[in-house]
Amino acid sequence: MQAQEIYEKLKAEFGDAIIEFNAEPFFDPFVRVTTDKLFDICLELRDTPEFDFDYLACLSGMDYKENLGVVYHLYSIKLKHSFVVKVTVSKENPVVPSVERIWRTADWHEREAYDMMGIQFEGHHNLIRILCPYDWEGFPLRKDYVQPDEYHGMKVPY
Amino acid sequence: MGLLNKLDDPYYGGGIILGKVEDILNWGRSKSDWYLQFGLACCAIEFMAMNASHFDFMRFGCIPRTSPRQADFIIISGTVTFKMAERIKTLYEQMAEPKYVISMGSCANSGGPYWEHGYHVLKGVDRIIPVDVYVPGCPPRPEALEEGMIRLQEKINKQAIFNKRKRLAEEEQKELIISN
Repeated sequence: MQAQEIYEKLKAEFGDAIIEFNAEPFFDPFVRVTTDKLFDICLELRDTPEFDFDYLACLSGMDYKENLGVVYHLYSIKLKHSFVVKVTVSKENPVVPSVERIWRTADWHEREAYDMMGIQFEGHHNLIRILCPYDWEGFPLRKDYVQPDEYHGMKVPY
Repeated sequence: MGLLNKLDDPYYGGGIILGKVEDILNWGRSKSDWYLQFGLACCAIEFMAMNASHFDFMRFGCIPRTSPRQADFIIISGTVTFKMAERIKTLYEQMAEPKYVISMGSCANSGGPYWEHGYHVLKGVDRIIPVDVYVPGCPPRPEALEEGMIRLQEKINKQAIFNKRKRLAEEEQKELIISN
């Protein structure tokens, strides 16, 4: 199924929850959705037989300078079509519903996005750091991150 | 080797070899170094090639040990993150004396490509444990690691076992005389 058709079907069902559709050439076509409807839209994309997105290829945390975001790359192994869903959240309150219950892959991906970007995934069963040590302060891949002077007595910058 | 040539006639010279006990002990020590089976990053891939039949690490007398308590030396093969640095220090402290460290590759030597922006990388493993041999490269070829192993053997061969403090003091005296 083409991205345009997927968008039209989603738009008919969810209306204002679909903020933006972008199908510029050289980019994966994507929809930007609101955070409160994200879980329902993802569930719809997985469970409707004509979409059948059974594979979450990638979940990325993003820093757009003013705010944060999450990008979901979806793929259907059976129907061989792909689609991208994006959400944007503010830096002050970066809360996104977890899709871990929809795709099990999202478990570690969301932990990594939390570890690196500080995005809080609401409903995740075990949202702890995955790469950095548990007592690490700050979220290293944010653009305004300042590295610490030392960690456990070891000097960081030279 | 002089010894091997004499095998044609084992009774040459009455079958007696004269030498210092220390040299024999050091010869045995340097030719049977057991290493801790421990890899960190992409250098560990070269290290695995070194272990395999093509480069054959075992001809140096090196046998992999999975416990630090049985190992004579440790090869820090890769990027040392702060999370790993604490574990490396624990492993080093668990090893029995005498113990040696080979720092393999740019990351373990100095942080390497993570020097500038590596918020998570220790800038050189010698900042937490003493290093005997540095092997440069990113990653070093197994030949370079062989060279490092030979250097470590040379170092072990030269080490004092008896009257260590006395001899170290004598060497220091000599160095002082030379420098003055």
